[in-house]
Amino acid sequence: MWAVRRVSRPVALILVATAVVLAFVASLALGSRWLGPGAVGHALLSPDGSDADVIVRSLRLPRTVVALVIGVCLGIAGALMQGHTRNALAEPGIFGVSAGAALAVVLGLQVGLVETVGSTVWCALIGALVATFAVQRLASRGSGATPVGLALTGAAVAAMLGALTSAIVLLDANTLDGYRFWAVGSVAGRGFDVVGQVLPFALVGVLLAVVNARDLDLLSLGDDVAAGLGLSVRRARLVGLLAIGLLTAAGVAACGPIGFLGLLSGHVARRIFGARNAWLIPAAGLTGAAALILADLVGRLVGGAGEVQAGVVLGIVGAPLFVLVVRRRAVAL
Amino acid sequence: MTATTEVAVKPRTVVLAAAFAVAAVVLALVSLSLGTTKLPLDEVLRALFGGGDSGTRLIVIELRMPRVATGLLVGIAFAVSGALLQTLSRNPLASPDIIGVNSGASAAAVGVIVLAGTGGGNISGAAERIGLPLAAVLGGLLATLIVGLLSIQRGVVDASKVVLIGVGVAAAANSLVAWLLVIGDVTDAGRAAAWLAGSLNARTWSDAVPVGLAVTVLLPVAMMFGRELEALVLGDDVASSLGVRVSRVRLALLVVATVLAAMATAGAGPITFVALVAPQVAQRLARTDRPPLLTTAMLGALFVTLADLIARNGLQVLQVGPYELPVGVVTAAAGAPYLLHLIGRQQKGR
Repeated sequence: MWAVRRVSRPVALILVATAVVLAFVASLALGSRWLGPGAVGHALLSPDGSDADVIVRSLRLPRTVVALVIGVCLGIAGALMQGHTRNALAEPGIFGVSAGAALAVVLGLQVGLVETVGSTVWCALIGALVATFAVQRLASRGSGATPVGLALTGAAVAAMLGALTSAIVLLDANTLDGYRFWAVGSVAGRGFDVVGQVLPFALVGVLLAVVNARDLDLLSLGDDVAAGLGLSVRRARLVGLLAIGLLTAAGVAACGPIGFLGLLSGHVARRIFGARNAWLIPAAGLTGAAALILADLVGRLVGGAGEVQAGVVLGIVGAPLFVLVVRRRAVAL
Repeated sequence: MTATTEVAVKPRTVVLAAAFAVAAVVLALVSLSLGTTKLPLDEVLRALFGGGDSGTRLIVIELRMPRVATGLLVGIAFAVSGALLQTLSRNPLASPDIIGVNSGASAAAVGVIVLAGTGGGNISGAAERIGLPLAAVLGGLLATLIVGLLSIQRGVVDASKVVLIGVGVAAAANSLVAWLLVIGDVTDAGRAAAWLAGSLNARTWSDAVPVGLAVTVLLPVAMMFGRELEALVLGDDVASSLGVRVSRVRLALLVVATVLAAMATAGAGPITFVALVAPQVAQRLARTDRPPLLTTAMLGALFVTLADLIARNGLQVLQVGPYELPVGVVTAAAGAPYLLHLIGRQQKGR
């Protein structure tokens, strides 16, 4: 069933990239009104203000672009996180980053700072970055961050911030009402302005992830071996954490906490491309993009008038897929 | 041969277990004495042993004791569940919070709250008293059953796969919860959120007794597997060369761990973080290479009782207002810094 494993990695990467392109086009063409490839092409290249053009350009294109960018971010973040903690369970949700963003959004709702999607983005970005910084500082006390220390520190910070969030939400019904729609995770209603806000963080994050790829290969041999081979373990971890923080912050800020996406793409990509990070990181990004675009599309198609949020689809459709992937072979990290 | 078949019990773990147990009992007594009517400790003790006037006995035994007992018992159940899962999977992040038990229970319970809800935040008597805990137990067990069936391949249960498949099932259940919260009325969503945080408010004996039964039966069962757990820490190959039937033992202990967690969730909601933090803290304090079961159990009881004491009285003491927090908020907010402190100390020591 995984014929991809028998083709070389460049070919596999091209196949995954093709899947992203196909998902992108399908996301523009399908919805409550079905448009042909001709209509989509017309809308993108020579729009003249027809109904189809408006649907594609102002409704479907923005959310699809958001899904593409955020899918790449969260996919790469997942792969990096699994590598750095050497823990197959690592994902933004158990790393404190999503929890930090959630707390900031809830606080913003509480004091009335957050009213539009745009202001949620800034709150979530700040919260996510502060949480990442806290996890990084706490995990590198003493002799530096160990994989187990890192994973547990992330889980502890996430639990603490989550407790504060639920305390606030429980004492104030209005905040809960806003929070539950953010927490479900969705790309609906996000436009190019949101992409513009998070893109700088995403780009720096991707850059750092690429730089970190080779060092992460060395780290996977164990911290002592990596240090013996001349790697500055402390710096490699710092760069990795910074990349994870920026990418997750961008993702969570734009779409809410869709932590499972990182977990899913990390494992799927590892399954197809193996453990070498130069391949794994781009592959995880592309897998994440394809998964999020498709999840949004499915949510739109099955939901009818009230669509099902991408975060929900990703959990319910993505989880069986994930189970299928991890069942096949033991996970080597 | 006896040297390999007997588990060496470190005195340190026994002393710690005893200390935690004593502390838990003392805090439970303090908890029984506090409330709208403050009772002196000697009156509480007299009421517990059948003395005192009938009014005091009513307050202590019928009103306050169920809550305190539920707290002690779910603390033990979650902590032991976490200790077993972490040992079986050799992963410190494994806990019933993460591998699907609590998520399955939550999805079922939130389903009852939202779908059977009247929109006014109330569900009718029978559905709430019986339906909610029952749904939680069934949801938790169903999730585990799915995880278990998917993890068995050619009769072998692979530990790392159990955990990962559990995470997948948990993700599906969690999305269901998020979706139910969104489609529900805001009052129902509020009720669901309160249940999800884990709370000991208004517990009755019908909450405490099922957890009590589960703990009485399953804690000794888990402790009987001490030698096997000791061997599993060293890896599957070593364990099976020591004569441990790895797959069978793992499946048995998995069942024990998930039944404990499912019963505890039915009793008090998915109290966050207890199952993750209690084994890690016990292991670090006892300086063992796996979470010591009895020490972890007593620490869990102590932890939940202390957290509930703070949850009930903390906001009044701080003069914020007459609110009670759900106990789950406190377990995470208080447990996390302590775990961070222990990790930090360990890293400095290296």
